[in-house]
Amino acid sequence: MATTNRTIDVALSTTGLDSQGRPQRVPLATDQAGNVVPLTATPALEPELEGEHMLINIGPQHPATHGVLRLVLELDGETVVRCIPHIGYLHCGFEKTGEYRQYNQLIPYTDREDYLNSPGNNVAFALGAERLFGIEITERCKVLRVIASELSRIISHCVWLGTFCIDIGAFTPFLWIFQQRERVYTMLESWIGARLTTSLTRVGGMGADIPDGWTDDLANFVRTFPKVLGECETMLTKNAIWVGRTVGLGAMSPEEALNYGLSGPLLRASGVAYDVRKDFPYLDYETYDFDIPVGQAGDVYDRYLVRVEEMKQSVRILEQALKRLPDGPVNVDDHRVILPPKSKATSDMESMIHHFKQVMEGPRPPIGEAYVAVESPKGEKGYYMVSDGTSKPVRWRIRPPSFVNLSAIPKMVEGHLLSDVIAINASIDIVMGEIDR
Amino acid sequence: MGLSPRPDANVVTVDPQSQESWVTTRLDFLVNWGRANSLWPMPFGTACCAIEFMATAASKFDLARFGMERMSFSPRQADVLICAGRVPFKLAPVIRRIWQQMPQPKWAIAMGACASTGNGIFDNYAVVQGIDTIIPVDVYVPGCPPRPEGLMYGIMMLQKKVMSERMADKSLRNEMEPDPRSQLYIAPALIDEVSENFGNSVHQTRSGL
Amino acid sequence: MSGTFLPVLAGHAESTDVAAPATPRNVPYHGGAANPTADALRAQFGEAIHRVDVVWGETTVFVDRMQVGAIVRWLHDDAQQRYDYCSDITAVEYRDLERPIEVVWHLRSIPFRRFIRLKALLAKGQPFVVPSVYDIYRGADWLERECYDMFGIRFEGHPDLRRLLMWEQYKEGYPLRKDFPLRGRFSRSEQLRQILSQNPEAKYSMEELNVLEAFDELPADMRQRLGKGERVGE
Repeated sequence: MATTNRTIDVALSTTGLDSQGRPQRVPLATDQAGNVVPLTATPALEPELEGEHMLINIGPQHPATHGVLRLVLELDGETVVRCIPHIGYLHCGFEKTGEYRQYNQLIPYTDREDYLNSPGNNVAFALGAERLFGIEITERCKVLRVIASELSRIISHCVWLGTFCIDIGAFTPFLWIFQQRERVYTMLESWIGARLTTSLTRVGGMGADIPDGWTDDLANFVRTFPKVLGECETMLTKNAIWVGRTVGLGAMSPEEALNYGLSGPLLRASGVAYDVRKDFPYLDYETYDFDIPVGQAGDVYDRYLVRVEEMKQSVRILEQALKRLPDGPVNVDDHRVILPPKSKATSDMESMIHHFKQVMEGPRPPIGEAYVAVESPKGEKGYYMVSDGTSKPVRWRIRPPSFVNLSAIPKMVEGHLLSDVIAINASIDIVMGEIDR
Repeated sequence: MGLSPRPDANVVTVDPQSQESWVTTRLDFLVNWGRANSLWPMPFGTACCAIEFMATAASKFDLARFGMERMSFSPRQADVLICAGRVPFKLAPVIRRIWQQMPQPKWAIAMGACASTGNGIFDNYAVVQGIDTIIPVDVYVPGCPPRPEGLMYGIMMLQKKVMSERMADKSLRNEMEPDPRSQLYIAPALIDEVSENFGNSVHQTRSGL
Repeated sequence: MSGTFLPVLAGHAESTDVAAPATPRNVPYHGGAANPTADALRAQFGEAIHRVDVVWGETTVFVDRMQVGAIVRWLHDDAQQRYDYCSDITAVEYRDLERPIEVVWHLRSIPFRRFIRLKALLAKGQPFVVPSVYDIYRGADWLERECYDMFGIRFEGHPDLRRLLMWEQYKEGYPLRKDFPLRGRFSRSEQLRQILSQNPEAKYSMEELNVLEAFDELPADMRQRLGKGERVGE
């Protein structure tokens, strides 16, 4: 087709007026005869812009960055040539503050870093602290913690699914899924008193035992949740738009994924069958019957499939946990870490002294260090604690899965289009609270 | 703590020379009613409060009945900035610029303890101890995170505030500028005085254990 | 289970003599079984391995600071070790300020299901420099940058060692050091003043977005109106 020789005026004024004060018009491409050329015209129409890259800034305030992430993209037209992520906009000094808090006082902090997976983080931290203290928790506590972790996995993936759909453009699954989150919120609230930032565990046990009838609520949820998930799947999995927008994006090969330190659904979608629950088990996960989904292509579509399947496997684990929940004490009977019951603390001198020491000074572990990793919905979540014998850790390190996962984003978005960047970013499932701490 | 109230906030003086009349009060009501019932929020969500904000906007608690379902992520089209979550120092110029980009009439809600005061648990080198040092705040919603009902109560308080505005009060729509020397909305001396070590934030008990 | 997935029941272990993984129970404080890698490291590197500790079932190997690169490379490449996953890189400073800072590497071997911790000591008074493992694990990129940001430890060989969590012109120091106070070195108002004046975002070349810079090109009557304080939306 004929090409024109035009100069395109890119005076992007914010007032709608060009440099001569006339109202700006978006120029239509016309050929020499004056006919309007349709929009499928090749870029050869605009020869002056060839070779000039554009720098686009996304964030830190942006609806689709899942928190305060700043991405600076170098674009060639609409194709990403380079991506430079900037983080730190939610850095709140968790690790430094951890050196000034007792171990039980750190549990609310663990809620707030990965705030979508609060119960899971509480469990992870408690496991790490119990390793440091050398405490074996009770059987009932173990099963309750499995229940908490898997519920947490379900609700975290729910948020991921809802917001991922919004990023791609589908709004309805968000509302359906958030209604399920509300059901879990109600259950968590009746258990521990809080919806989102739960502080479920304590060193040596749980903050509270489940109330009567809670297992019936959980059984009800476990029975009805798969149907809602099935509705979302019906809407998405074989949807041509969905498949068209997600297949082939951001693919990572298994070797690359391992080398970049990816973990969780990202690593499994790339074909590496590494799940901390299977490979370095905790809380007796080896006795539960569940599978881990492993994808093939490592692209965004596979990550979606892996997470949906993980939700179904979590439901499976919850069913088993409900059946095997034993009676018995929830907290370990160790006066060094667990507060005595109030009736004894107010009547028995020894209990009163234990209570006083624990509240004023806090439980003191022996000198040592421990690194405990769990499989959070985002990946391998680890807490590394170093103790010097005092009640506050010398170093509290949070190994955030999203942090390492996000560092691979420049590799994942190279060569893709701008709208794909949003989809890829959403598929990593980042939580800035965890990344920046 | 916070900003000093505007000089004639709740005091209605009757000035016989002014042109205020029955018509202007009806007009006031109309304009304020329109503004209060269609406050388009600019959700400046950073952390956990943003998730509770999303839950408030979802089906169970539903912000659409307040006219707030249209989240405006562009500050240019927003009425109320809801700062949901903790704001570290690195994010401070960003929220300042977002606030400056919002056109009048605009209001701000500090949702959660972190946005209101920095939250005792985040009294450290990295977190702004209350966004009212950086932007003028109208409503503070306590909670960590506030329950959706709490946020809605804060929104209703803001609606009440909006309904009590008068067009004759030109000062309401003046852009509140920070002090040019310090770039802050609260005097530096006041900030430092109120940010002294209080209670347990640095040491767990006063005895230092 | 949909057909797209390969249900994997026992992890990615390759060697058949790797024991089936189980939740650790009654882990001893000291004196647990050491990771076999520790002996292999001693055999391979001799004096570069200073000490091996087993605390709560985890093996910690103290290595010579400048040999870390070679050691990690060997752990990654050797067919009997295959530590293909870098979990974490961090540092620990103790409250006793005489003690050296320890730089910690957490490595995992997924085929053999092993976990090892390497530590290198940085005595106070000497420069805080350790080799980077960026060439071996790309995942070390941000982990090392964060370690630099929080402790001031330089990783030699890292292509782009800049501050990551704090802004690049951050003047107060390295936050996780023990001589850095919890609430920072400057007063609250001073911290706010510093960050508001630095404005780290305005560091890329999108001039069109800054109306002030294009002010000279605006038409005269618009410049007058803006100068008189006209605001949009009144």
